[in-house]
Amino acid sequence: MSDVSLSPVVTLEDVSVAYGRHPALRSVTTSFAVGAVGLLGPNGAGKSTMLKALLGFLVPQRGRMRVLGLDVAASPLEIRARIGYMPESDAHIPGMNAVSFVAYCGELAGLPRVDAMQRAHEVLYYVGLGEARYRNVETYSAGMKQRIKLAQALVHDPDLLFLDEPTNGMDPKGRDEMLDLIRDLGHNKGMNLVLSSHLLPDVEFACDHVVVMDKGSVVAAGPIAALKQPRGQVFELRVKIAVGELDGFLDRLRAAGIECYATDDDVMRALVPGEGGARDLFAFAAAEHVQVRHLRPSVPTLEDVFAKAVGEK
Amino acid sequence: MPIHDQGYRRYGGARGRRGHGWAVIAAAGLRTFFARRIFLGLLLMAWLPAIVRAVQFYAVANFPQASVLAPTPDTFRQFLDQQTNFVFFMTVYAGAGLIANDRRANALQIYLSKPLTRSDYVFGKLAILTTCLLMVTWVPAMALLALQAAFAGNVTFLRGHIYLIPAITVFSTLQVVTVSAAMLALSSLSKSSRYVALLYAALVFFSVALFGVLRFVTRDTSLSWISLPNDLAQLGDAIFRVPLRFATPWPVALMMIVALLVASGLVLERRVRGVEVVG
Repeated sequence: MSDVSLSPVVTLEDVSVAYGRHPALRSVTTSFAVGAVGLLGPNGAGKSTMLKALLGFLVPQRGRMRVLGLDVAASPLEIRARIGYMPESDAHIPGMNAVSFVAYCGELAGLPRVDAMQRAHEVLYYVGLGEARYRNVETYSAGMKQRIKLAQALVHDPDLLFLDEPTNGMDPKGRDEMLDLIRDLGHNKGMNLVLSSHLLPDVEFACDHVVVMDKGSVVAAGPIAALKQPRGQVFELRVKIAVGELDGFLDRLRAAGIECYATDDDVMRALVPGEGGARDLFAFAAAEHVQVRHLRPSVPTLEDVFAKAVGEK
Repeated sequence: MPIHDQGYRRYGGARGRRGHGWAVIAAAGLRTFFARRIFLGLLLMAWLPAIVRAVQFYAVANFPQASVLAPTPDTFRQFLDQQTNFVFFMTVYAGAGLIANDRRANALQIYLSKPLTRSDYVFGKLAILTTCLLMVTWVPAMALLALQAAFAGNVTFLRGHIYLIPAITVFSTLQVVTVSAAMLALSSLSKSSRYVALLYAALVFFSVALFGVLRFVTRDTSLSWISLPNDLAQLGDAIFRVPLRFATPWPVALMMIVALLVASGLVLERRVRGVEVVG
């Protein structure tokens, strides 16, 4: 593979975007590699703003963006002809059935009418709406609306897909099917895609690379496998401690260089640097007169990367 | 097991030239309207006056007793005046939802994520409404001119009043573009086509009613410029070279129309965006 094909599909250099006085992106410099890249971050991190700026919907106050080697400010139409965008919110053309809607989107993207209609049938089958393609889009369920948004983004066969929270509002089965589609596109169909999501498992399942955002800044980026490489050992930890003293204990733990954050369960995840591992944790707990009730080695997850990157406690 | 592969396939066909997005929007919009019975019914009703006039021209050409009904240039001015009511109904029916429905369905971000400019989008929508309106003004008026010549078996009338062709064209275009731009601007302000329809009707009726009150109070028609229908009527009279119906100079009416077009353009420029930014 040549160097050109390995060059990033999207690059941002010192990009700042604000809504009025509220900054949404703060001097963001990052790039998105070829293949499937997750854009991960909590709600309000600036993920959708970044996608809208790349589409040219928002003009940055500062900085430069390139998509597929083209400057966003200079060639917005050329870029939009080569990308597909699946917006986060419900979006459709009113008064059309699914096949008309998708074919219309194909025509808008520059496909001849006959080809657009043929492609519309094909992509509707691909996203699982083949049997419902003559129904008015307004009668679709939330899950079906997500699928048709993917279909309209795919109909013109883009080189790059922007998917903004594609599993929003879907039931577990529909979510799995949507993620299967996205994974298939990225891994088997050779399509570059940027998957914006606040859901770690979605990104971990469908993507190879990740860009983690928080409060308008990029806080981590790279191949997921590399980011998950342990720089120490990860443990699940539960301690017996007096009410009100846990926060102080955690602060002292972090001061000792042990990353620690709470999970949804009553256990914490602790990243112990160096080779000491469990011995260091027990020694620290003993010194603090805290009883360890549960300690189990764990494997690093994207959640650890995310929690560390956004400084979650 | 499927008979053929229903997986995703790459597209290897041709892609059209860019810059024709507005034509795609216009064609799709017109196809949608022509598939509706209400629209076709409205169009048919709008053509009834033209059919009556055609019968009149036929009678004049074939029955000497009907010579008192012989067409004059004023006949065409009166015809376009009559069509104003149908222009109103067609504008409300076809125009109110053009952008409002797209805003309700968040369709703008779909449109503007394609290789389209905001101008393409607006011109596409404008083309839908202007085409619909030209079909109740310019098309029947020109058809009547042609029928008059056909029934008479000569082009004497047409040759004697050749200015009718540009007059009908200029007035119809001015009328259609003005009301289309105003309606599109109103349509971009709301997500409800019903609200837009009511707003447009209220603006038209209110301005006409206000002029009526002022006319009664001042016993003068020089304030006719406050009403869009009056401005268009005044300009129509000037274009067709018939006596002006109001005391307002026609350049003032023209200035009002231009101001309305500029205001509509500014509203559309602000409202037609891929992202709604408040602040």
